[in-house]
Amino acid sequence: MASRKDGAVAEIEKKIIEAFEVFDHECNKTVDVREIGSIVRSLGCFPTEAELHELLAKVEEEEPTGYINLEKFLPVMTKVLLDRSYQPIPEDVLLHAFEALDENKCGYITKEELIKYLTEEGEPFTEEEMEDMLSTALDPETNTVRYRDYISMMIVDET
Amino acid sequence: IGTLFLKTWLALFLSLAFKAAVLIQQWYRRYVARLEMRRRCTWRIFQSIEYACEQDQIKLHNFFSYLMDHFTPSSSKERDFISRMFISGESFKEAELEKYCDYESMEVPDSYTGPRLSFPLLPDHATALLEAFKQKQQLHARYVLNLLHETRKHLKQLPNISHVSTCYSEEVTVCGDLHGQLDDLFFIFYKNGLPSPSKSYVFNGDFVDRGKQSLEILIILFTFLLIYPKEVHLNRGNHEDHMVNLRYGFAKEVMQKYKVHGKKILKMIQNVFCWLPLATLIDQKVLIIHGGISDTTDLDMLQKIQRNKFISVLRGKKRKESNKDVEIQEINGESKVEAESSESESDLSLSPQPRPAPSITNRLEFSKWLRQTVQEQIEWCRQLVDSESEPEEPTYSSVVSLTELDAQCWTHQEEWKQILDILWSDPMPQEGCRVNTVRGGGCYFGPDVTDKILEKYNLQFLIRSHECKHEGYEFCHNRKVLTIFSASNYYEIGSNRGAYYQASKTAHTLTMTQRISRVEESAFRALREKLFAHTSALISAFKAYDKDNTGKISLSSWAMAVESVLHLGLPWRMLRPQLVRSTVDGMLEYKSWLDDLAMEQRSQEHIQSSLLEVIYRNRSNLETIFRIIDRDHSGLISFEEFRQTWKLFSTHMNIELTDDGIDDLVRSIDFNKDGNIDFNEFLEAFRLFDATKYVQGGNTSKKQSQTSETVLGGGLF
Repeated sequence: MASRKDGAVAEIEKKIIEAFEVFDHECNKTVDVREIGSIVRSLGCFPTEAELHELLAKVEEEEPTGYINLEKFLPVMTKVLLDRSYQPIPEDVLLHAFEALDENKCGYITKEELIKYLTEEGEPFTEEEMEDMLSTALDPETNTVRYRDYISMMIVDET
Repeated sequence: IGTLFLKTWLALFLSLAFKAAVLIQQWYRRYVARLEMRRRCTWRIFQSIEYACEQDQIKLHNFFSYLMDHFTPSSSKERDFISRMFISGESFKEAELEKYCDYESMEVPDSYTGPRLSFPLLPDHATALLEAFKQKQQLHARYVLNLLHETRKHLKQLPNISHVSTCYSEEVTVCGDLHGQLDDLFFIFYKNGLPSPSKSYVFNGDFVDRGKQSLEILIILFTFLLIYPKEVHLNRGNHEDHMVNLRYGFAKEVMQKYKVHGKKILKMIQNVFCWLPLATLIDQKVLIIHGGISDTTDLDMLQKIQRNKFISVLRGKKRKESNKDVEIQEINGESKVEAESSESESDLSLSPQPRPAPSITNRLEFSKWLRQTVQEQIEWCRQLVDSESEPEEPTYSSVVSLTELDAQCWTHQEEWKQILDILWSDPMPQEGCRVNTVRGGGCYFGPDVTDKILEKYNLQFLIRSHECKHEGYEFCHNRKVLTIFSASNYYEIGSNRGAYYQASKTAHTLTMTQRISRVEESAFRALREKLFAHTSALISAFKAYDKDNTGKISLSSWAMAVESVLHLGLPWRMLRPQLVRSTVDGMLEYKSWLDDLAMEQRSQEHIQSSLLEVIYRNRSNLETIFRIIDRDHSGLISFEEFRQTWKLFSTHMNIELTDDGIDDLVRSIDFNKDGNIDFNEFLEAFRLFDATKYVQGGNTSKKQSQTSETVLGGGLF
């Protein structure tokens, strides 16, 4: 039914506006471009940095001002949510990712290895991001990351 | 071939590693973003609840002020009752004050091991006090009173606007709100050094309330003020106000710590606060005030008014009578302050508070009478305008004379607005200047107002406090306004950093996640309490969305209904997962949800649930009223006074309550048969939330350090 679908869209739009407004410090329907990542992700999406840049290109002004307008953001984000782009990463996929980095398949990755992979490969972490992840993930006694335990802990935190 | 194979395998592995890394990073960034959102939502929750409270407070006092002007007591009993409410704030005459708060006859026993002060104070006294407070010792009441007397004497000589020059002092350090958090003050002294001839300090108000060591902070600040009068400067904040202290914890703290002499101490402090300077000016270029400014801020007026007249900024209303001129003005939290400019003397400004149509059948005599009185007043005023004659009926407030009539050309009202704006305003990003409806006092001022005032007085910069900021500080208005907030962990451990706070990274004991979770827990607990307190209103709102009476509503409707009842402006859809745990087909069974909420809040079974809800929602307001009534801070009020209070309160707050309801309530409280109610016991029964709050994670004495940089070094901004 048409009205039902509209209702769903309206509800999605409300959600987006709410998330947007949390970061809209000046209450003028704009947010700093650097916060877009947080907004998109807190709406349930898991974009890569590259995908995020693509999205930004669609919502930025012709002459980038450093701010994103709700007007432009809303339709683009609505489509993202309706299309279910940037799907969540399931627990088992995450586990496989960690296992791929665990050469010897021993159930853990050393601190040095993890740092190397995550700050040199993929879409590298900043020093801050790396430190922050280590603060929860690292087992200080062995200086390793027991990734199964780490994942289970993080998944619980998510709820 | 071997090496080729190896290379291929390596290449394959590397690309696999690449992909794996991307996945992990992708996932992790999303996790961090969620945390950030949760942190901001938590922040919003605290802010909205806090501001809502402050607005209540102001509404309450507007109500009393309104009563003051329109109340014609019909019996001496009523007159006494009301007079007790309003005279309590009055300043004693000098001699009376000295007599009442006399300390010289107080003996300090030999067994007392705390610091002993002698005047004039010396730096050694300050260090002794700091040490003593670190050891959790208490200063003897005699020395407290002595200190307060001397402080008052000193402050009286100071102008309304202190001037500081950087020629004489190499460094000027500005500290924002401390709110009774002594640890923060210690830390600032530790990192920045104690006040000294080469180290000036400006403390920008809000020294007290909320934190548990407000009195210690005052003692330390006043001590340094007296030792280094040229280098230490204090500005008054909106919490340096006994009416606010009644509600936000300082009055309670003093009474708890000084059971015998607490009342005297509070009285003295009342008279010290009103003598605190209003602003500080550095090199004629940097203006430091607690709250902010408005488009009508007049520094010349501020320099000249008698600041000590304003014991409490919340009771600014007063009648001014000179010749034929009578002005009745009123500050209503909802409407703009009208200071209608008038050329002629006999102009009259009046903005009566709109009364809601009485729809409640159970109206007490009092409210009927109140309405009548309002009508009479309006009539009378209309007559005034027409006839330009003197009012015939002396109203109550002219019988109860307040402070002396000022001889200045400004009205008391205008002066009061200047001070109110300075102490209560907040900056806003948009241009213009509008009434601060959230706080109920002061303005929101825009960058254009800042520019205008800075230019008018040839200033470069504005420093203010009053608002808690994540990082302890925040620039705005093109970096012309700086907000400094010094109390770290203001709402809950982990919620914000205070400016001047720095901890080494190795001392980082809690992860970001853990910190955010704790604070979040606390915020949601507060939010659920608020939801519970509005149960009846929520049920009506939900039913409106459930036309078919299925007992279920959509989550979208839930969000809209909740906002329409609570008016907190929160992102409900973001918060929903934490508030609504179970849904059936995307629909919420609202009755059982509300039942779950109620179960969480442990309740006393023998009190009617609706009454409980009403009281629960208003308990902090009730406390304030009771404390006002209990002028001698004895903790006892008579049963009759209790009923009167309750009726007054319920009338104004539009609460329907039967006499039987009140009787039932009283019966469930233990009160001695002589007709007195120990209202501390009464309130204790409803301190459900407070009790649980301090058990979990809210222990401010165990502070966790955070990784943050010192943002502002010593030196002038």
